[in-house]
Amino acid sequence: MFSSLFRLFVFSNNLSKEWFSNIRGDILAGTVVALALIPEAIAFSIIAGVDPKVGLYASFCIAVVTAFFGGRPGMISAATGAMALLMVTLVKQHGLHYLLVATLLTGVFQIIAGLIRIGDVMRFVSRSVMTGFVNALAILIFMAQLPEFKGAGPPMYAIVAGSLAIIYLLPRLTKAVPSPLVAIVVMTVIAIVFDLDVRRVGDLGALPDALPVFLWPQVPWTLETLWIVLPYSAGLAAVGLLESLMTAQIVDEMTDTASDKNRECSGQGIANIVAGLFGGMAGCAMIGQSVINVKSGGRGRLSTLVAGVFLLILLVVLGPWVKQIPMPALVAVMIMVSIGTFSWASFRNFRVHPTSSSIVMVSTVLVVVFTHNLAIGVGVGVLLSALFFAKKVSQVLRVTSQPAPEGRIYLVTGQLFFASADAFVREFDFKEVVAKVCIDVSHAHFWDLTAVASLDKVVLKFRREGAEVTILGLNEASATLVDRLGVHDKEDALEKLLAH
Amino acid sequence: MIANTPSPHVLACTDGSLYAPSVYQHSAWAALRIGAGVRVLHVLDPHRGRAIGGDLTGAIGFDASAELTAALAQLEETQARVARLKGDAILEDAARQLASAGVEQVVALQRHGTLVETLEELEPAAELVVIGKRGEHCDFAKGHLGRELERVIRTSVRPVLVASRAFKPVQNILIAYDGGPSVLKAVDFVASSPLLQGLSCHLLRAGKTDDTAIHPMEEAAAKLRSAGFEVTTEAISGAPDAVIGQAVRDRRIDLLVMGAYGHSPIRQFILGSTTTTMVRTCLVPVLMFR
Repeated sequence: MFSSLFRLFVFSNNLSKEWFSNIRGDILAGTVVALALIPEAIAFSIIAGVDPKVGLYASFCIAVVTAFFGGRPGMISAATGAMALLMVTLVKQHGLHYLLVATLLTGVFQIIAGLIRIGDVMRFVSRSVMTGFVNALAILIFMAQLPEFKGAGPPMYAIVAGSLAIIYLLPRLTKAVPSPLVAIVVMTVIAIVFDLDVRRVGDLGALPDALPVFLWPQVPWTLETLWIVLPYSAGLAAVGLLESLMTAQIVDEMTDTASDKNRECSGQGIANIVAGLFGGMAGCAMIGQSVINVKSGGRGRLSTLVAGVFLLILLVVLGPWVKQIPMPALVAVMIMVSIGTFSWASFRNFRVHPTSSSIVMVSTVLVVVFTHNLAIGVGVGVLLSALFFAKKVSQVLRVTSQPAPEGRIYLVTGQLFFASADAFVREFDFKEVVAKVCIDVSHAHFWDLTAVASLDKVVLKFRREGAEVTILGLNEASATLVDRLGVHDKEDALEKLLAH
Repeated sequence: MIANTPSPHVLACTDGSLYAPSVYQHSAWAALRIGAGVRVLHVLDPHRGRAIGGDLTGAIGFDASAELTAALAQLEETQARVARLKGDAILEDAARQLASAGVEQVVALQRHGTLVETLEELEPAAELVVIGKRGEHCDFAKGHLGRELERVIRTSVRPVLVASRAFKPVQNILIAYDGGPSVLKAVDFVASSPLLQGLSCHLLRAGKTDDTAIHPMEEAAAKLRSAGFEVTTEAISGAPDAVIGQAVRDRRIDLLVMGAYGHSPIRQFILGSTTTTMVRTCLVPVLMFR
């Protein structure tokens, strides 16, 4: 029986490969990630203004559920800073239970996004927008740490500096232990022994002391509630999907393997619904943690599952000690995460990359930093890249001319659409007195109504000057478009064009 | 798209394991009998799911993901190059062995990907697929089948010849007759293909021999006789795997022909598979049809 059970796993499609092809590496990496998840989940709960246990339960639920339902094996999802930032006002004005409802609705939106295959839309997000996104994310995580320094005394700065020193220098001595964990343990011991005057995790609210239990949000289930949470849920769903899909892309590139982006969307949705039902906040994939996972040797779904389960075990077993962790140590870990997430190469690339790419990247960063909403930043970035692209392609247009018997022949080459239409019209010399004009467009492409209208405009202008106009070689794509949309070759052409 | 598809050919899957020489000999035998060439396939399956050297520091520094991507790419590049050279050597050896076995047209092919997905692409163009009973590290667990074998057979649209440890000239064949659609396909193939023409043929029906619901064995026998085969038929009651195994030994059968995996993976998961047992316990090559 056991051998056949084993065989079922071995032979069923990718199941065995995604789960059991890297057992040792996945378990070790999952453990490292679980340890790193604790400070992050606590820090992000604090950003959102809820008890640390809300973020910790969410991280457990999301990690475990995405291990099974996610589309990218080896990616780590949990409570994240980008999501936490969007919840602040909702929590402040309406409280935790409305956040739970918003989390459920976020999950519903994300499942729908997966069903309508929104993952395919990711191809419109250019490389520059992605760089802007990760940089903005890193800056947001870093900025979220700054309030901790407000009014803090020397012990705060000393612990942050000490922790950072351990985090970055210990790996030079040994790669066998997670240095952020060592930093946290050492600083906790120091804080207790010297009774330092710094904030502890326990001061910030309740920590988990048991397994998460089913928690139905205590809100009036009315339309009014829906209108309150809807805008938050829409934002959360968008940001969650963006960060998850971008992280999936980064993990794809790191490991040179493929992922199912639409399954990831639905997986995130299911994870958020489960998190919402067990008293957790909404979350998504984490770039920093996923990098840590891959770096530690995690590749399969097992690593994500181990991270979630081990996180919970640690909390339940070590709860009283977690309370004693000094906040500055967590701040140090988060600074490390933001440094690791930031794409430092983008400074170097300012000199190498085209200005338009740099503008897209910087605009994405700036919009996010000012709005605290990654979705708006990415939207602006995508829009800008589309505009720059249109501008670039519009330059692929050339009109040359040569005299011909009784007139002139114009040769049009390139792409004709809304962005190049004006330049196209300007290329013609309407002041020249000619009897016949021939426009050869066999090497041009007409993309839209504006292109067609501009050709009409040229033809009509020449006709009004008394020239006889012929058009040569409208290739088939352009011909169908002109046939359907053009007015110059039909009767009462002028009236129609003027009526536009 | 895969370029250079040769004319009629036998597709021989090799991994350079202990079974490889036997795969080449079986392929050469089949190719010569049906007058075809041989295409030798070696796949490079890098097991990207497996991590290389973990770093448990859990700390990420400047440009963490870019640096990690570069580091992993470099590691995998080295490994992939070694694997490719090893694959080249395996294919060179295969071409040499096939040529010395008398096959004129040998094409070697190396592809990235898993065996199953590569075969899905290549197999429709082939007349016959030849694969070893076990793969690399075959002595690791005796009695276990090659990990990929069952998946290959399940997804296969062509006959699959599963090569045994050593090649022996084929004189006697046994068709394990259960009246199912796959075995009828097998009978059609045997009757029409030059592969087994002129060999002595035993039709054996095992299990509940009084079941009238199944397609009568005599019709299959008649079809084979009219194709010029010398056919004997026999029906023995008992557990199919035991009965067939016994007959293969008693009659000194050189090749077992059977329909493969008539049942869904779920049913097989509960009851076990006759096919798998047969391939494992019979020490002769097996020609399978789906």
